Amino acid sequence: MPLADPPALDGPSWMNERRTASRQALAEARWPTSRDEVWRYSRIDEFDRDRFTPARRSGVVDAGVGRSLSEQVHALAGEFGPRSALLVTLDGVLTTVSSTLAGDVAYIGKLADSSDGEVLIASTVGGAKDFVLMNDVECIDPLLIDVGEGCNIADPVVVIHVVTGEEGSATFPRTVVRVKAGGHLALVEAVVDVHSPLLRPTSTNVLATPPGERMVAPVTELVLDENATLDYVGIQSLSGATWQFAHQSSRIDAGAVMRSFVVALGGNYARLRTDSLLMGQGGRSELRAAFIGRDDQMLDFRTLQDHAAPKTVSDLLFMGAVTDRAHSVYSGLIRVRNGAVKSDARQTNHNLVLNEGAHADSVPNLDILENDVACSHGSTVGPVDEDQLYYLASRGIEPGEAERLIVGGFFASIAEQTPVAGTQALIARALAARTELAHD
Amino acid sequence: MSSGELVIEDLCAGIPGREILKGVSLTVRSGEVHAVMGPNGCGKSTLAHVLMGRPGYEVLSGRVTLDGVDLLALPTWQRARAGLFLAMQHPIEVPGVTLVDALGAGRPDVPADEVGPQFKPVDERLAEQADRIGFDRRFLERPLNVDLSGGERKRNETLQMTVLEPRFAVLDEIDSGLDVDALAAVGRRVLEATAEWGLGVLAITHFRRLLDVLPPDVVHVMADGKVVATGDRSLADLVDKSGYAGYR
Repeated sequence: MPLADPPALDGPSWMNERRTASRQALAEARWPTSRDEVWRYSRIDEFDRDRFTPARRSGVVDAGVGRSLSEQVHALAGEFGPRSALLVTLDGVLTTVSSTLAGDVAYIGKLADSSDGEVLIASTVGGAKDFVLMNDVECIDPLLIDVGEGCNIADPVVVIHVVTGEEGSATFPRTVVRVKAGGHLALVEAVVDVHSPLLRPTSTNVLATPPGERMVAPVTELVLDENATLDYVGIQSLSGATWQFAHQSSRIDAGAVMRSFVVALGGNYARLRTDSLLMGQGGRSELRAAFIGRDDQMLDFRTLQDHAAPKTVSDLLFMGAVTDRAHSVYSGLIRVRNGAVKSDARQTNHNLVLNEGAHADSVPNLDILENDVACSHGSTVGPVDEDQLYYLASRGIEPGEAERLIVGGFFASIAEQTPVAGTQALIARALAARTELAHD
Repeated sequence: MSSGELVIEDLCAGIPGREILKGVSLTVRSGEVHAVMGPNGCGKSTLAHVLMGRPGYEVLSGRVTLDGVDLLALPTWQRARAGLFLAMQHPIEVPGVTLVDALGAGRPDVPADEVGPQFKPVDERLAEQADRIGFDRRFLERPLNVDLSGGERKRNETLQMTVLEPRFAVLDEIDSGLDVDALAAVGRRVLEATAEWGLGVLAITHFRRLLDVLPPDVVHVMADGKVVATGDRSLADLVDKSGYAGYR
């Protein structure tokens, strides 16, 4: 990929120094292959980065398109109910910031304009590699949401990253969040493109008009100081031939609680890496994801529950379905480091495989260096449960309808776990729409 | 009040490689209560699942008809639509699917005029019937059998039966896991159904206590996959007193 020369992007000098350093690191690093453990089962070998060029929009699109797009984006934001703030990026350029919050409650805007930006960016991604490094080099307007000590933001801050780039474009959204001690933030972050059914509710088939191949590599960094609480919902609704390489990493200090819920709907190859570091005593990380793969899609999830302090708790539940020729991968590691005594780690992955051409891999891993801990992991991969089908059949429900009900129920049972109440209806609807499509 | 019969003729069935039912014959008429008693392993629950068509069981020979319809030729869902209901011994959890969803989907083809003036939307019928059996209305919103106690599950099975109004119901140990009050409520409601719409009942049980609240017209004793004795209610009293030893 032709990467930006330092002068090509705006920003303070420290940012351009970072870009230069990351660019150098990227040039020197070996590019991953599917022989690397974290890329096993993936399509990394089919990905040719030289085919993509960073999208560098001015933030201005064709006036007509821009107006209708803006309306669609605002309509989507409106679905989440009352909000505290809205940020919209267009191909990585911040185009909208509207906030009802006072400056001493939260800083919301460009990370480059905050005096804490330099210390916060990349603070959760030590040893950044490949796509995170690319994001370091190419993200145009990293966003910062920085919540003040003890401040409570109950109505969500909504971030919508819109990808408009054409075939061969690469986009690098970046969102950095910090909740200072004792604060609380509800946050919704969506990555969509102009073909997303979330933006075009009249369009019934997300893949009906596939755009050309392009890539998106979003990075989301979540920093929770002591006793902070973050309720995070991430929604990925990309379309067609999009490659997504997403990275979410969180750093959770003592007594802090993060509840994260991710919905993965689109993309051709859509990967999400989720790293959660529990670095302070009693910290808690709840990780949820719901996903549906269809057609030739591949959805690829890699998770790390990293316990580095005593009495930390992580609770992961990823639930998904694949149909047609789709493939999903869940590979998760629970790591309990020396000293993280009395920690409690749970990891569960349920996969419905709805027809014979579809495939799901589920690979749990444990790396436990302490004795006095509680860890459990479990996964299921298979068709709709025969006993459940039998039970519904015994109530007179024909098999196709019974399967629809069970798949719908499977997703309803996870959708209701969203930590941001205002997102539940949209999540349920988006999953149901995709489930219905899967039965066409 | 309908009249009809559920006829089981010389039914031989089991799981692959093992014959469990070795020639069961009995006939239940509309409005009748039949009890099937027998020791563990005699084939009572197998009978229930073979009648409903649970995957994993196979019929070797014999016939089962409901008002003349050959049930064994039908898949489970059509047996249910033909008028057979099974209250399961271990009701299965279906996460995310509520009673209203399930029962609404179970009768999509019933036009309002066919079930008469008592027809109401499923949610109204559920609420009404829940009250009659003492099933907390809050549970109607819950996914099927999720986070319900054993007793609540059995009330739930009975509730579903009263909403679906089948012609014949097989109750597979509906008394297990019930306390005295719940047992009385379930037994009373089933008995009322025999009078209300002529429900025919095949109640499988280990114990006589169900029969105190749901008095049977006919009692069958099963042993080793066969009906070895048939009689009136006094047969249940006899079994209760002397056990199954004489029937093995």
